[in-house]
Amino acid sequence: RPVADTEAYVAQKFCDNRIVSSKYTLWNFLPKNLFEQFRRIANFYFLIIFLVQVIVDTPTSPVTSGLPLFFVITVTAIKQGYEDWLRHRADNEVNKSNVFVVENAKQVRKESEKIKVGDIVEVKADETFPCDLIFLASSSIDGTCYVTTASLDGESNFKTHYAVRDTTVLCTDEAIDTLTATIEFAVYTGMETKMALNYQGKSQKRSAVEKSINAFLIVYLCILLGKATVCTTLKYVWQSNPFNDEPWYNEKTKKERETFKVLRMFTDFLSFMVLFNFIIPVSMYVTVEMQKFLGSFFISWDKEMYDEEIQEGALVNTSDLNEELGQVEYVFTDKTGTLTENSMEFIECCIDGHKYKDCISEVDGFSQADGPLKYYGKSREELFLRALCLCHTVQIKEADQLDGPTAHPERKYTYISSSPDEIALVKGAVGFLAVPSLVLPDFLPLHPLLAFDVVKSFYRKLLLFCKGADSSIFPRVQQEEIQPTKVHVDRNAMDGYRTLCVAFKELTQKEYDKIDRQLNEAKMALQDREEKMAKVFDDTEANMHLIGATAVEDRLQEQLAETIEALHAAGMKVWVLTGDKMETAKSTCYACRLFQTSTELLELTARTVGDSDRKEDRLHELLLEYHKKLIQDVPKNRGGLKRSWTLSQEYGLIIDGSTLSLILNPSQDSGSSNYKSIFLQICLKCTAVLCCRMAPLQKAQIVRMVKNTKGSPITLSIGDGANDVSMILEAHVGIGIKGKEGRQASRNSDYAVPKFKHLRKLLLAHGHLYYVRIAHLVQYFFYKNLCFILPQFLYQFFCGFSQQPLYDAAYLTMYNICFTSLPILAYSLLEQHISIDTLTSDPQLYMKVSDNAMLQWRPFLYWTFLGAFEGLVFFFGVYFLFQNSSLEDNGKVFGNWTFGTIVFTVLVFTVTLKLALDTRFWTWMNHFVIWGSLAFYVFFSFFWGGVIWPFLKQQRMYFVFAHMLTSVSTWLAIILLIFISLFPEILLIVLKNIKEKNHQKETQPVPSLVALPGWECAVPEKCGPCLSSSNRP
Amino acid sequence: GKKNYKADGHPSGGVGVPGGGAVGGGGGGAVKTRKPDNTAFKQQRLPAWQPILTAGTVLPAFFIIGLIFIPIGIGIFVTSNNIREYEIDYTGTEPSSPCNKCLNVSWDSTPPCTCTINFTLEHSFESNVFMYYGLSNFYQNHRRYVKSRDDSQLNGDNSSLLNPSKECEPYRTNEDKPIAPCGAIANSMFNDTLELYRIDNDTRTPITLIKKGIAWWTDKNVKFRNPTGDGNNLTALFQGTTKPVNWPKPVYMLDSEPDNNGFINEDFIVWMRTAALPTFRKLYRLIERKNNLQPTLQAGKYSLDIAYNYPVHSFDGRKRMILSTISWMGGKNPFLGIAYITVGSICFFLGVVLLIIHHKYGNRNTSADIPN
Repeated sequence: RPVADTEAYVAQKFCDNRIVSSKYTLWNFLPKNLFEQFRRIANFYFLIIFLVQVIVDTPTSPVTSGLPLFFVITVTAIKQGYEDWLRHRADNEVNKSNVFVVENAKQVRKESEKIKVGDIVEVKADETFPCDLIFLASSSIDGTCYVTTASLDGESNFKTHYAVRDTTVLCTDEAIDTLTATIEFAVYTGMETKMALNYQGKSQKRSAVEKSINAFLIVYLCILLGKATVCTTLKYVWQSNPFNDEPWYNEKTKKERETFKVLRMFTDFLSFMVLFNFIIPVSMYVTVEMQKFLGSFFISWDKEMYDEEIQEGALVNTSDLNEELGQVEYVFTDKTGTLTENSMEFIECCIDGHKYKDCISEVDGFSQADGPLKYYGKSREELFLRALCLCHTVQIKEADQLDGPTAHPERKYTYISSSPDEIALVKGAVGFLAVPSLVLPDFLPLHPLLAFDVVKSFYRKLLLFCKGADSSIFPRVQQEEIQPTKVHVDRNAMDGYRTLCVAFKELTQKEYDKIDRQLNEAKMALQDREEKMAKVFDDTEANMHLIGATAVEDRLQEQLAETIEALHAAGMKVWVLTGDKMETAKSTCYACRLFQTSTELLELTARTVGDSDRKEDRLHELLLEYHKKLIQDVPKNRGGLKRSWTLSQEYGLIIDGSTLSLILNPSQDSGSSNYKSIFLQICLKCTAVLCCRMAPLQKAQIVRMVKNTKGSPITLSIGDGANDVSMILEAHVGIGIKGKEGRQASRNSDYAVPKFKHLRKLLLAHGHLYYVRIAHLVQYFFYKNLCFILPQFLYQFFCGFSQQPLYDAAYLTMYNICFTSLPILAYSLLEQHISIDTLTSDPQLYMKVSDNAMLQWRPFLYWTFLGAFEGLVFFFGVYFLFQNSSLEDNGKVFGNWTFGTIVFTVLVFTVTLKLALDTRFWTWMNHFVIWGSLAFYVFFSFFWGGVIWPFLKQQRMYFVFAHMLTSVSTWLAIILLIFISLFPEILLIVLKNIKEKNHQKETQPVPSLVALPGWECAVPEKCGPCLSSSNRP
Repeated sequence: GKKNYKADGHPSGGVGVPGGGAVGGGGGGAVKTRKPDNTAFKQQRLPAWQPILTAGTVLPAFFIIGLIFIPIGIGIFVTSNNIREYEIDYTGTEPSSPCNKCLNVSWDSTPPCTCTINFTLEHSFESNVFMYYGLSNFYQNHRRYVKSRDDSQLNGDNSSLLNPSKECEPYRTNEDKPIAPCGAIANSMFNDTLELYRIDNDTRTPITLIKKGIAWWTDKNVKFRNPTGDGNNLTALFQGTTKPVNWPKPVYMLDSEPDNNGFINEDFIVWMRTAALPTFRKLYRLIERKNNLQPTLQAGKYSLDIAYNYPVHSFDGRKRMILSTISWMGGKNPFLGIAYITVGSICFFLGVVLLIIHHKYGNRNTSADIPN
């Protein structure tokens, strides 16, 4: 620990090592949370309304809007407080973890948060680094340690770090994995660590539903402003008559008389705003939040998405996007580990054109050589196997045995590596060699693309081995050696195996020293380090000798083909973005029926484009040709049936990374954007697109490109590895597979599932249901508030535009939070208008809700008209009833509060029964909540009117409800008005029913509608099943 | 509708408390290895009733509703038509009207302007007759008016009696004395006096008008109460208050009978129940049927004596006197009956039309109902 010198030294201030990911502390929670909440437009709006009510003399008491607002704010605050508490707990786990610090030559146990800059920290094997550290020493002799950076960049392979000479900064959260301890020096602590600095909060993903809500809100805000303006204007027109303004029986107060007219008009306007503000539903936000939060539990509870093997079910990281799962149009999937199991099996290898399988050398027709050749006294086989044993990142780990080191004759090894291919290869090689342990000689670390090792062999020769994909190996080897191996490689690729080629080269000591020196220079370079390193590798790895190739099988995931077919049938386009080579990826695509035999493939790869300098021109030619084929020649589908490709010739596109970058980043910018758009048009026309040889960033690029096309389709990315994180973050919905390549993907995703097949239920059943539920919830909320407030608006025409509320303040307050909130919440959690099994088995149903179908303007207008109609019925029904206000059999008359209570009773019953009509899935909870709400309303009304409330100034509701119920006429009127209000809805159901029957009859005579070109399908969802079922196995 | 009880899964209906159990939301990092519970609730397989509204089930319902509504409507309509109602507008805006001379009365005119209107009942009123007064273009539902009262004062609260609510402004105090009852509603209480005479061969027989039993029982007995104190002398109890500006007499002199005086005066209570619409009627008096032999009001000539105190001309209002019998459904109101008949007929008619369409097209394959 540095001792402070006596000389003048201004101590720099460093923060402590506390990690703070939580937002609030106990002290600032209230103000900060309130500030955060009122930054939301809706909450701020309600706050303003509340303040207006407090300040201005408004018709309704501040309680009416204050109480719901308080409720909303409290619920949200509790939710956020709970989430923050979880974060605090996670922080504490890190901050309070024990760390050993060397102080005054003694080992001191400390809490992680107490580490200061300058502390010397001792980190043991398998521990994570508490902060950014400089590596000082390790217990191994050469001062190295192996570090993984899985939590930083997802790479789980081990990187070697050397003591001090390298001033490598080891970042927080890297796990150290040697059996040794290291001594380190703290440089950055707490929130100044690299990781904390790199951490950017995931940008909030907003669902399409939320955008629709905002659009509707604006419409309703306009209605609100319109109503207030109309009322204010009419008020002053009406008041221009002095006996209307101030009749003798109703004089103004002195204060009222003295205010300026303009100010009076303004306060009147505000008063009307306050009176009608209930049209914008306060409680909708809290209900939507609750629906999303509670609803997401069903995903994690689903036992069908539970995987026995990894003992995990689905994981929900965000609940904001549940409904987006029902809107997906494009699915971008990774191949390895997502479509395939990512459990590699070494299948066969080929050495010098000889195929070896299961330790038996079988010479097949492709072989041309006359038996194994000898090189340097070693057979090629041995060289090949040696290469496999050396060129990898696999670490051997002895299985920990808890009962101590007993005298076991055989030691158990587990292989750990970032790449499952390599484990398979090493295992395979070990199998061939029949030697259980590997001797690892010195070797140089890795080239990103090619494994690159230099071996001082036993024969005092220096051999350079190189392993990599054929496309990268072939250019580096002598051309005449390629042919025999290439045949095998191509055939293996066609079978869907992953192939790797192995090559070697002999080096002299001089050459080795030179390379070593160059590499060291490059490594030390401060600028362009990467390029310099690459150049050294390039120079070294030329003129090599090809030995052979390996084939590793990556098994497809179970039910993959069915899932892909279902996604297709549901109108989704599936794009495969993979880093694999084209042939392998293509065969996987065929295997999982992404491409079918009838699919016409369009290729934009290095093969079709060629390697020449003119490749850009050639690419453009191809693009134009495909464009002509797909878009110009196809007769325009009349009526613009969406997703029309289901009925026409299917196209598949294959593109590789280099061609893609040629399209996206052209060398000359003339007409580049044009080709880009042509490319996009081609892509969108294709059923399936396969992008191979993609870099992680390119994956995200593709997703972004599709995301930003016209109509902004909803995209979904699914992947399992760290290289998929970028596209998972980019897409609207990111799904992680809890696979073998670490947790990175599932941690960054919005949802994580164990297997690709779970996507089917997640999208087709959960997504569909959530969408329907929340769409209905949103529409219903606007509807019920429109018919709530419309009578109040109409009443202004009969009370001299005096802002007299129609309903009692208690009703105004409790309508949204008590009387009508629970039924819709229960509906939006439990509704299954179509059973889950049907949804999962019939993917066509997914298209019914595509393109945000339930929140378009048409359904919105329907609901709005329905609300307006019902509001008119409520008001004018009671208005005509009140033409004679003596409605009891004793001739006594009813007043204005009875009028409002009748309207309100009809309203509560109608909107609740309307929901009951829409409910297709009546569980006991729906029954309980719907009938319970109505009963509660009646009970509350009796209670509210049954007592003289001492804290109220006005007892206007006293026995109003009870009196109302003694009148037979009122009963009859209430029943009639409820029926009239619901009548259009019932009628519509019947008409739909009859129409559907007709269609059934019409469509029945045609048993299958297989791809008749130009055949117009009147009911798209009805035409589909035959199409997809014919393809089913 | 078609009722299928779906009860697969386990019928346990285990309602997991959200937040307990395997929580996926929020936390993120927490690794759980527990298999989700196989409860019907968590697997969304609660037994549920899945009604399907089909034309086949709704259309008969239309018939039934039509068949129920039409008779109800006819019943209401006939009942309403059988109600006798007679209405006299005595505002006096027309020069020919006997009350024309009183048109521009002011509140404090003494003696009151009186006028008499003769009328003839064509039909006799058999059962009990209810006498109403009606006002038009009178905004009792104006916000400033509705809230201009103090319910605790009217409830007999002594502190409110002497210190009325601010809502009563500008009718809260007069000459530094609190007004009882305060507020615009009380201040503008209807104060015309209506008297009914039967004219039999030029002899005027007064008809007994009962002034009790016109207000809601709960209002009269609970909501409205005179202030309490020593003794029953209302004059003493209202000590320290002043009468509303427009009233000729203080509140404790509204009636001679002690149980109809002060705040519990029924005319006052009726007035205090603000009307819903600007044209309204309020119950004024009851005319009870004396015996079973005679109708309450025989057909014949009658005269209405009016003490015209209440000015309505200044705000273009109208005043009416209404005599009406009452049925089980209240006063005469053709709306409800007509509405029931109309809705019932539409229901029935649509039922027929749709049933024809339904049978014509989709009868054979009713078994192939697709849920919605």
